Amino acid sequence: MSAMSDPYGSFVRTGPGKLLAARTGLPRPPRLRRSVPGQGLLDGPAAVVGLPGASRVDETTLWLRNAGVRIARGEEPLAALVVDATGLRTVADLDELLTLAPLFRRTTGRVLVLSAVPATLTDPEARAVQQGLEGFVRSLGKEARGGTTVNLLRVAEGAGTALRSAVEFFCSARSAFVDGQPLVVGPGVPVVRRDRPVAVVTGAAQGIGAATAQVLARSGHHVVCVDVAAAGEKLAAVANSVAGSTLHLDVTAADAPAALATHLADRFGGADVVVHNAGITRDRSFVNLDAAAWSSVLAVNLGAPVRLTTALLEHDGALAPGARFVCLSSINGLAGAKGQTNYATSKAGLVGLVEALAGPLAERGLAVNAVAPGFIETPMTAAMPPIPRELGRRTSSLQQGGLPIDVAEAIGWLAQPDAAGIDGQVLRVCGQNLLGA
Amino acid sequence: MSRRAAIIGGNRTPFVRAGRRYAQASAQDLLVAALDGLVARYGLAGERLGEVVAGAVLKHSRDLNLTREAVLSTALDPATPAYDVQQACATGLETAVLVANKIALGQVEAGIAGGTDSASDAPLAVDDGLRRVLLDLSRARTPGARLAALARLRPGQLRPVPPRNAEARTGLSMGEHAARTALEFSVTRRAQDELALASHQKLAAAYERGFFDDLLTPYLGVRRDDVLRPDTTLEKLAALEPVFGRDLPGEATMTAGNSTPLTDGAAVVLLASDEWAAARRLPVLAHLVDAETAAVDHVHGAGLLTAPVVAAPRLLQRHGLSLADFDLVEVHEAFASTVLATLAAWEADGLGTVPSDRLNVTGSSLATGHPFAATGARLLATTAKLLHERGGGRALISVCAAGGQGIVAIVEA
Repeated sequence: MSAMSDPYGSFVRTGPGKLLAARTGLPRPPRLRRSVPGQGLLDGPAAVVGLPGASRVDETTLWLRNAGVRIARGEEPLAALVVDATGLRTVADLDELLTLAPLFRRTTGRVLVLSAVPATLTDPEARAVQQGLEGFVRSLGKEARGGTTVNLLRVAEGAGTALRSAVEFFCSARSAFVDGQPLVVGPGVPVVRRDRPVAVVTGAAQGIGAATAQVLARSGHHVVCVDVAAAGEKLAAVANSVAGSTLHLDVTAADAPAALATHLADRFGGADVVVHNAGITRDRSFVNLDAAAWSSVLAVNLGAPVRLTTALLEHDGALAPGARFVCLSSINGLAGAKGQTNYATSKAGLVGLVEALAGPLAERGLAVNAVAPGFIETPMTAAMPPIPRELGRRTSSLQQGGLPIDVAEAIGWLAQPDAAGIDGQVLRVCGQNLLGA
Repeated sequence: MSRRAAIIGGNRTPFVRAGRRYAQASAQDLLVAALDGLVARYGLAGERLGEVVAGAVLKHSRDLNLTREAVLSTALDPATPAYDVQQACATGLETAVLVANKIALGQVEAGIAGGTDSASDAPLAVDDGLRRVLLDLSRARTPGARLAALARLRPGQLRPVPPRNAEARTGLSMGEHAARTALEFSVTRRAQDELALASHQKLAAAYERGFFDDLLTPYLGVRRDDVLRPDTTLEKLAALEPVFGRDLPGEATMTAGNSTPLTDGAAVVLLASDEWAAARRLPVLAHLVDAETAAVDHVHGAGLLTAPVVAAPRLLQRHGLSLADFDLVEVHEAFASTVLATLAAWEADGLGTVPSDRLNVTGSSLATGHPFAATGARLLATTAKLLHERGGGRALISVCAAGGQGIVAIVEA
């Protein structure tokens, strides 16, 4: 798919293309390792390094071993480098980061840094040091080559299962397009998974929604594929390909919240996962926006998630224990984009929704997070003018656009019971795009 | 019946005038689309159902196993058996009765009934003389014998023989038959036009309120029935020239506006035992209680489309009911005149009358279109949903068919 839609990217992977790019200094987007059935967590050995004060090295090593990863000995090339920097407290401690250089040089794949949660540290120097790790990781991500990603896990007190789950996700091919991102991993108790958990994906007829349905079906979910009736033909194809079911619903309709809640309660005994993916764009400069273009974007992208979530939380039986919400934000919502005041307002609004709901939902054993895609190869980005489209692709550390599956993988991970400690977060799936970084 | 078959829901393609957006789709393509939409709506991908029964009225010789072939193209488990039924316009409802009966007897737990027709992709036969030449040619073993067979070819034989919209025994088209019945029952032009107008208005209103959101899946980019004219008026309908009954001794009243056009489309309905539905947490819309099929001798004077006039009294008598006992009545609008003649005949038979607010409340074939074999399944799913929406009740469905046949059914929720 990337080869089809990114002609430059496929050209520079050919012999002559490689040569030309090397001579002229043009970007050479690497081919990303993506998830395929039966694949191991890593395709090479990993090293786990504890910096002074580290406390997570043993369990992290054990988790990787249990996931079939070999721990490296000697000077061999690494598929992953996991660094426990949770114990760094003084500026002098930061010197230890320099010792990672030789390891970083021979790592092609994943670099994962574990840190403390800066906001929980009362000592100013300690907090400064831990916050400094974010700049370290983001910069290292920009220096990494060959599709290598660098991410930061901020480990909260009591984080256990969720940390294991996060380490696995960030080391795996599933996180191919997640780069330069900090994420807080909290405690959180996973509920026992139902035999056939149920996921709802709005806007499932195509693009990221369709890919999300596939990923959730892969992990055993019955996926209720929701879209407007007009998209019914594509929607049926998606639902049948994942042995799920369809629900024709205009998420902005007055009776949509009740209809969805009833459908989930009556037919499925509640949803385990709700993905608010349905979204539209009506791009225009702010001064030229008419009321319809403004309000329709707000109604679909922000109003519907607000109303649907409220209804599902209030309707008895609409949600299964431990249910997860994932909202599709956008890096354009975080950074802003010319001609997208309406879209960015809605997508930034979702971040507020996630942050507001996280606490109250956690009390009920539920969780809510947002995923913010960057430049993703979809029909929407295919319709962009060539120059902004090419800029969108090349301004990421991975020098290419992501695929719908990359976003879907992140959603699929957040939907897993084991990710129970991830709550109120915004995870960017953008290949460390410059926008909104 | 020992146990009643539950109607879970239905699905259909939008219906489209022949020769338009579905011109390149076969009856099988349409049936696959209707089935796949139903499978998706009820999450049946990979499931083995008791059976799928459907049919087409305009049927190619290659479609001898139409429904089975369609099933193999869907997401259903290929181990789902299927067979074809053909009873003209009664096909889609007769298939539902067959599946329901097997459910009632405990022979199957769940099945799909339906029908499909493409008037665009109608089968063309070749001239009988040409056909004999070609058959002899295929049997010829020597060059001489082949030449001899070919020598019998005549240019006139190369003209294909299109299917006739005419009764085999009378040579009259369905419209001409209906025109005779209209005259017999003194059905006025105005009454027909009013019925047609109401059909368009009711169907448009049903679309507006999203009634079809879970009864229909778009196909080939078509989202609504293209026969529907939400803006038609009595004046526009009154301005149309009559097309049938022009040579009869009396006013010709039947026009393209109060007759159904040739249409392409498919419709299916999911039936099951209550237990099967409960095990899957599928809400039951209604139950198919009973049905009666009748035939009349149209060759010797009976109205071609009047069999429901005979079928309904038999069915209602069996259940001790009159028309007053029905909250909804769905009468297939092959022609507006057929509906009016049928209602008049029922009244004359002492069955009672049907208030207009109970008749075809979401519009019917005049506005929706009428892909022959698909209509019965469309009516059944629509009726079941309407009863469910009302919170219960009883409905009568009546479908007339070519060959002097007709079927009526009772649905309860």
